[in-house]
Amino acid sequence: MTAPITAASIALDGGVLAAEDAAPEAAFIPSRGFWGHVGHRLVRDPVAVSAGALILLVVIVAILSPWITPMDPYKGSMLRRLRHVGDATYWLGSDELGRDMISRLMLGARLSLFIGVTPVLIAFVIGSAIGILAGYVGGWTNTILMRTIDVFFAFPSVLLAIALSGALGAGIFNSIVSLTCVFVPQIARVAESVTTGIRRRDYIDAAKLSGASALTIMRVQVLGNVVGPIFVYATSLISVSMILASGLSFLGLGVRPPEPEWGLMLNTLRTAIYVNPVVAALPGVCIFIVSIAFNLFSDGLRSAMEIRQ
Amino acid sequence: MSNPMPPSEPAVALKDLRVAFGKVQVVDGVDLTVERGQALALIGESGSGKSVTLRAILRLFPEGRSRIEGKILAAGKDVQALTKRQLADFRGGDVSMIFQEPLLAFDPVYTVGQQITEAIHRHEKISKGDARKRALALFERVRIPSPERRLDNYPHEMSGGMRQRAMIALALSCHPQVLLADEPTTALDATVQIQVLLLLRELQRDLGLSIVIVTHDLGAAVEVADRIAVMYAGKIVETGTAHQVVLNPHHPYTIGLLRSRAEGALAKGSRLQTIPGSPPDLANRPPGCPFAPRCFLAEERCRREMPPVGDIAPGHQVACWRTEEAAAAYRAGPTPVRAAELVPA
Amino acid sequence: MSVIPDAPDPFAHDRGGPAQPLLSVSGLIKHFPVRKTGGKKQVVRAVDGIDFDVLKGETLGIVGESGCGKSTTAKLLMGLIARDSGHMLYDGQAIGERAMPWRSYRRQVQMVFQDSYASLNPRMTVEQSIAFGPKVNGVPGREAVERARALLARVGLEPKRFAGRYPHEISGGQRQRVNIARSLALEPRLVLLDEAVSALDKSVEAQVLNLLLDLKAEFGLTYIFISHDLNVVRFISDRVMVMYLGRVSEIGPSDTVLDAPAHPYTEALLASMPSLDPDNRTQAALLQGDPPNPIDPPTGCRFHPRCALAEGVCAEKEPPLDAIRPLHRVACLARQPGSGHSAAPGEALAA
Repeated sequence: MTAPITAASIALDGGVLAAEDAAPEAAFIPSRGFWGHVGHRLVRDPVAVSAGALILLVVIVAILSPWITPMDPYKGSMLRRLRHVGDATYWLGSDELGRDMISRLMLGARLSLFIGVTPVLIAFVIGSAIGILAGYVGGWTNTILMRTIDVFFAFPSVLLAIALSGALGAGIFNSIVSLTCVFVPQIARVAESVTTGIRRRDYIDAAKLSGASALTIMRVQVLGNVVGPIFVYATSLISVSMILASGLSFLGLGVRPPEPEWGLMLNTLRTAIYVNPVVAALPGVCIFIVSIAFNLFSDGLRSAMEIRQ
Repeated sequence: MSNPMPPSEPAVALKDLRVAFGKVQVVDGVDLTVERGQALALIGESGSGKSVTLRAILRLFPEGRSRIEGKILAAGKDVQALTKRQLADFRGGDVSMIFQEPLLAFDPVYTVGQQITEAIHRHEKISKGDARKRALALFERVRIPSPERRLDNYPHEMSGGMRQRAMIALALSCHPQVLLADEPTTALDATVQIQVLLLLRELQRDLGLSIVIVTHDLGAAVEVADRIAVMYAGKIVETGTAHQVVLNPHHPYTIGLLRSRAEGALAKGSRLQTIPGSPPDLANRPPGCPFAPRCFLAEERCRREMPPVGDIAPGHQVACWRTEEAAAAYRAGPTPVRAAELVPA
Repeated sequence: MSVIPDAPDPFAHDRGGPAQPLLSVSGLIKHFPVRKTGGKKQVVRAVDGIDFDVLKGETLGIVGESGCGKSTTAKLLMGLIARDSGHMLYDGQAIGERAMPWRSYRRQVQMVFQDSYASLNPRMTVEQSIAFGPKVNGVPGREAVERARALLARVGLEPKRFAGRYPHEISGGQRQRVNIARSLALEPRLVLLDEAVSALDKSVEAQVLNLLLDLKAEFGLTYIFISHDLNVVRFISDRVMVMYLGRVSEIGPSDTVLDAPAHPYTEALLASMPSLDPDNRTQAALLQGDPPNPIDPPTGCRFHPRCALAEGVCAEKEPPLDAIRPLHRVACLARQPGSGHSAAPGEALAA
């Protein structure tokens, strides 16, 4: 389509510039910005939207839980222990100390999400910084940083988490620290590879030619291009983090009773598995659902971010 | 090995070819004929639809995402009607193609010789020794030095020009009658480019090969082709012999293309004559002639109605309402090639 | 356009007068090591000793085929890679020393790359890309954006329509205009155009060439124009330099060099241009084979294995780049008096 030829659109070489003259293969896309683009595509992805909605629901429940739990999550009754699902008073049953499962699961969401997301967030910041620096600067800096990171890769993540937790001791804070240490190398590696991929591009050269310092180039030119893929990778780690955190609690290295946390609940309900298997599995189901939701969302995010050339 | 066609049938005949990807009509009614043993150049800029036209001849587009209408006849066969099996025989056996970037056409993990013999075996049942002999002969034909050694080279071990020759050898390995070339020399250095162009001309002469070459370089077109067809926005605007199109153009776009070349005839310091504007948005085609917004001769009728293809001279067709004015304007202004003698009607 | 308010730049204005070359290069060498498993260590002699000057206000064209070293030369001139040896002087001042650090040099010399898409950050708008240079050099944000918009208008892109666009939303020709605008954002005196129009359609190329001519006249720029297209180089350049295998083979006024080439390689390059006359098509290629690899250049004159005029002496002596006419230098023994070549002219000519 061509706009009317106005005085404003006549170029100085005497030619006339067609108005919406995008390359014939690409239709004219209204300028939306990169993240606007991503959002636009994301909301059209039903799977990602459902997963996102579910995550949002769990987060809201977790935040509001102290006020909306139907019963007191800490109050137990030995007379009413291990009720089955569908019980008149305890709709999802009660645990081994007679506490209401619904209330415990809701409150448990807080800690589980917190321990799941926080290490990934911190690792995202630290890991990206290390990876981008190593990727951009290259040479000896890269070698030193990345080979150090490689040492951590020698350990399976579960083992590493357990070892660190064991060394630091139990508790929420220590679990977060040990999980962060597990994820930093993974994120750093992804960050480094993505940054190395764009380091040689012409626009980075052009940025160097403007006299900008390496730090400025990394901040302004590189960051925007790499943060996307790293972020997608990080969101896929959230599910891993939740499961690892649950595992730590299960082993007694994470959250301490009577705090509700899904992994810890799995541990304490373990003994009841023959008596009331459904209730014993419920915390596991919650972990599963939230993990899958994060995974699917991160998948959708990655698809939405594929910039077509 | 393809059965030779009856001599009177054209090598390639496209009738009202239309190709659309989704909502975008990339090729909009193309009529083209290439006689046997003839070379035709399809010239145009990016977005003109020339590469798509070429690839349609070999049905290279996935069925689901493209819509092809019209008649495509090549090497005496109706391409649209071929079954999958027949199509596989057709490609390489009757019609073959070479591409712009040889590195992309070759598999990097096999030697060039292996790929050529594999292609031969796909179409014919001959022994390995005979296939290799044929590959050797092909390498000699395309003038690759030390052919025996080069057969065992991997694609990345060869230089650009040699890779292009190897690709030509691969394309000719099963004796096709028609060779399609999609910008074969665009990525090559000047001294190599002229060698490859001359080679194509030689093959046309010696093997009776019919060639359709797609290029944006007018010089390459003139060197190889007997006839030239100029495409714009999915339509052919001018067709004729190389002599007619280059020396006596009758379409404003052809004239604009000729004039915007920075030939030596221009005085230093003067400015180039440009075609104003940019190629059109194919998703939103204007009703009339697609070139009208940029045409220095455009009038009301041009914007309303698409001009029909008319005959200027035998074999010279132009789709324009104002061919006489165009030709006159060309003769009056700078003529980059040389002043044309008036071609008798 | 306003002057960058940073520290006053002593190089923004002419120092040595018109006689002093704006850029002077001598003995520039760059070798790249090639890692070969086993065997002896080899080097790619990408640039193997080149000397040339760029005069103020001119356009110097650099032509050559793959392996000649013109891209490496461009990167060396811009300081994107470090040279192995050689001198580079900008308006009489050595580059990289205390009086002229690289950062200062970069305000004077800018570059436009070949790939219009790869040279723009896909995550930054056109306006942001252009404003980046000035911002980094101390221009306040708003002023940098205004300057970016003014430049967009100057290169023929209406700012209202294009400033907020991303590179993938505009066409190749428009992107290249953006690249040109960006290169001018720091008010350089010298612009290096590395195959800047090669990837464009011919009609768009013509528009951009006209634009380059206009900008050069308006801002008093000096251009180095690297290209493989001899027609374009001839049209836009005052002088042209022909490179082969990392060395300069010929340098002189473009009309002279391209009308009456003295070096056999230049002659072959000219003969390789496809003919536009259907009745006078090229009958034979002057050169066979591909441009050679700069890993193991031939001894003596690098062109001698493919040269029609080659004699024994050509394999022994490397021809110096000597003047055969005022301002016209050629590295060919057959053109230099007293070189030992049978076709060499008799008396020495006045330099």
